Amino acid sequence: MELNQYLEMFIEESKEHLQSCSDNLLELEKNPADLAIVNEIFRSAHTLKGMSATMGYEDLADLTHKMENVLDAIRNEKIQVTAEILDVVFESVDHLEAMVMDIADGGDGKKDVSQTVEKLKRIESGEAIQQETAVLNSNETAAEAAATTVGLENAPQLEYDDFEKTVLLQSTEQGFNAFEIAVTLNDSCLLKAARVYMVFDILEKNGDVVKSSPTVDKLEEEQFDQEFKVALISQTNAEELRSKILKVSEVEKVAITQLSKDIFVQSATVETETVAESQTEELTPVAPVEVKKEEATQKSSGAKHAASKTIRVSIERLDILMNLFEELVIDRGRLQSIATEVNHSELNETVERMSRTMGDLQNIVLTMRMIPIETVFNRFPKMVRTLSRDLKKKINLEIIGAETELDRTVIDEIGDPLVHLIRNSVDHGIESPEIRRANGKPEEGNVTLRAYHSGNYVFIEIEDDGAGINRERVLKKAISKGIVTKESALSMSDKQINELILASGFSTAEVISDISGRGVGLDVVKTTIESLGGNISIESTEGVGSIFSIQLPLTLSIISVMLVEIEQEIYAIPLSSIIETSIIKNSDILNAHNQKVIDFRGKVVPLIFLDEIFDVPRTEQAADGYHSVVIVRKGDKLAGLVVDTFIGQQEIVLKSLGNYLTNIFAISGATILGNGKVALIVDCNALMK
Amino acid sequence: MTAVEQEYLKVIVFQLADKEYAIPVSNVQGIEKLMHITRVPKTKSFVKGVINLRGVVTPLIDLRERFGIPISNNEDTTRIIIITLEEMEVGFIVDSANDVLDIPVSAIEAQPEVVGSNEEEFISGVAKLENRLLILLHLDKVLNP
Repeated sequence: MELNQYLEMFIEESKEHLQSCSDNLLELEKNPADLAIVNEIFRSAHTLKGMSATMGYEDLADLTHKMENVLDAIRNEKIQVTAEILDVVFESVDHLEAMVMDIADGGDGKKDVSQTVEKLKRIESGEAIQQETAVLNSNETAAEAAATTVGLENAPQLEYDDFEKTVLLQSTEQGFNAFEIAVTLNDSCLLKAARVYMVFDILEKNGDVVKSSPTVDKLEEEQFDQEFKVALISQTNAEELRSKILKVSEVEKVAITQLSKDIFVQSATVETETVAESQTEELTPVAPVEVKKEEATQKSSGAKHAASKTIRVSIERLDILMNLFEELVIDRGRLQSIATEVNHSELNETVERMSRTMGDLQNIVLTMRMIPIETVFNRFPKMVRTLSRDLKKKINLEIIGAETELDRTVIDEIGDPLVHLIRNSVDHGIESPEIRRANGKPEEGNVTLRAYHSGNYVFIEIEDDGAGINRERVLKKAISKGIVTKESALSMSDKQINELILASGFSTAEVISDISGRGVGLDVVKTTIESLGGNISIESTEGVGSIFSIQLPLTLSIISVMLVEIEQEIYAIPLSSIIETSIIKNSDILNAHNQKVIDFRGKVVPLIFLDEIFDVPRTEQAADGYHSVVIVRKGDKLAGLVVDTFIGQQEIVLKSLGNYLTNIFAISGATILGNGKVALIVDCNALMK
Repeated sequence: MTAVEQEYLKVIVFQLADKEYAIPVSNVQGIEKLMHITRVPKTKSFVKGVINLRGVVTPLIDLRERFGIPISNNEDTTRIIIITLEEMEVGFIVDSANDVLDIPVSAIEAQPEVVGSNEEEFISGVAKLENRLLILLHLDKVLNP
């Protein structure tokens, strides 16, 4: 009765099934005649229905059931697959996704889907008109009857929904007994919930409880008088059940009614046309098919498990593992420095061996946290499909390298930026079919989403064969919006101009559609990617297309830094933003507009004195006339960070400063050094506006 | 059982200047001796910096400075009380921490009207115990200015 422990599993599996539904639906759209795909979708939907009903999410089960009916009709070739039908099925999958997400967020998974349900019903019955007018007529009258009253004398006492009915009906088909059991407890019974539990325990040992009235929740909370009713499927006979239940103390009376198939079919006919249609007409064929299908589902899932041999590990545990490993990395640093000090050959050897093993271990721990980017990519086909329908464009999305793996932390963050970029390509990049034809291109536009590893980075590219970026228009707009001045515009490279569209307050589409937002999108993309330690660049040829290329670090948790010292304090500067280090004389420093600058290989580079920025308490002014400078870069801009001394390069473990200290200027995090002290990590991007 | 337990509140007692303060044990994760503090620039003056608490970078608040009590330098007894509140983990620097008490809930009173006290806004109540007066802190207000 306690279902909470299964909730997580339910949510995970529902997501998987929904994903497979939408993948297969897209496939089906391409090959509408392939009934094997329909079967695949049906299987997913069916499992989902079963799971959600078990978990008590009735809306979810109900909508899935309606969708399943349509799929069933398609499968049995009663309905031809059309774009309209697929639209409705897609819509239902969207609703189902929303419900599952709601449940995952702690909601009750309820949602008003009556419109979609109505559409599904219409598809189903609409087809019946062509098939068999007579059936429809009877169905219609039946439906009307159902709308007014549900009142057959032989009808069961409990009310069942479509799903429960199907279950009960099928089990009677298969030779099980379906019972309605009314249990009455003694007036003097004190622990009603306990008695209910004992009764349920017996029932569950002897069969499956389909429904109870009042609901299980209410029973547990003792919100009932003395009597409750249960619908049970069982192989045990009524008499045996009765005696077993009567053994529970304080049970006064047990009334068992056997639900015969006839009664049930009859009442089902009256109550809903959906069940009636599929069941009364072909009672015998449906049941065996159902059973086979379930077997097939089990088989296929069994096969899947065997093939990949994986176990589910909670992210929390992996995080703990990572934390412990980070501790080891810190200790390793400490041991290494001790070993150099002591200079004992056996100790050195051992430490070296240990370091090597730890290197391997580091690789494994890091890859354990890697997940394929597929988890982000797989929502895009459906999104592009919806977008292209809304925009009346023809677009083919190709995904390459979905198996490329990335750290989970990056995966969590990268979804939204990619959505923005793909919407941008679809909305602004790809032209309408008419324009494409006029320009001598095929009507169907191509968007390619590509991911691959290279060095310590992962690259994600979004390529389209659309209109490309009109640099003149971009420049004109950027100047009119005050993003660049006319003068600076003259000296900009093509690439720089392309990247203007990532600046905030920029939107080139003449008509703002709700698809690519209001010019707030692309600069958010840029900021997010940079905050992940990556960068984005754009290549574009007008009339041919554009490539948006994102470069991301493989992992965010262990990075290479340069440690520097200012007075007594040690700071870490990420190696990824350092170009080089240099030592300059006082006389090298020039003044320009109150800003100290140096001439660095022919470029004027502003100097940033870290001791001033970080208010480092100075005991005495170092006055040897030399300064140590770390030249860092942000995009094309350079700056020189002035520090006291360089300590050296080191691999460090990135730690957050916690929830109390947030948004500290120019500090992106902290790390723990070999000596156990904390060093702060400098955020070079914040230092350069 | 539960009814009896609820009548007592288990607290950690610590000292600041000449007063005794109390924090519910459920909010306290541990008490540490003073260790190396890394200063964090551009933060409020009462944030003393961060420490390495067994691999977790934990920020420190100097309670004297937070309450506007003049700073003392008696480091022998100085302790760091690690507090957790709503996913936040913060260390409080206090003069000394040496007592765990069960105080009867009935002994807790609303704070008396003291005009002009700096820490007034951080106090959620006071507990009178024989000859001791414990000031109960409003952690939420201490952490969120």
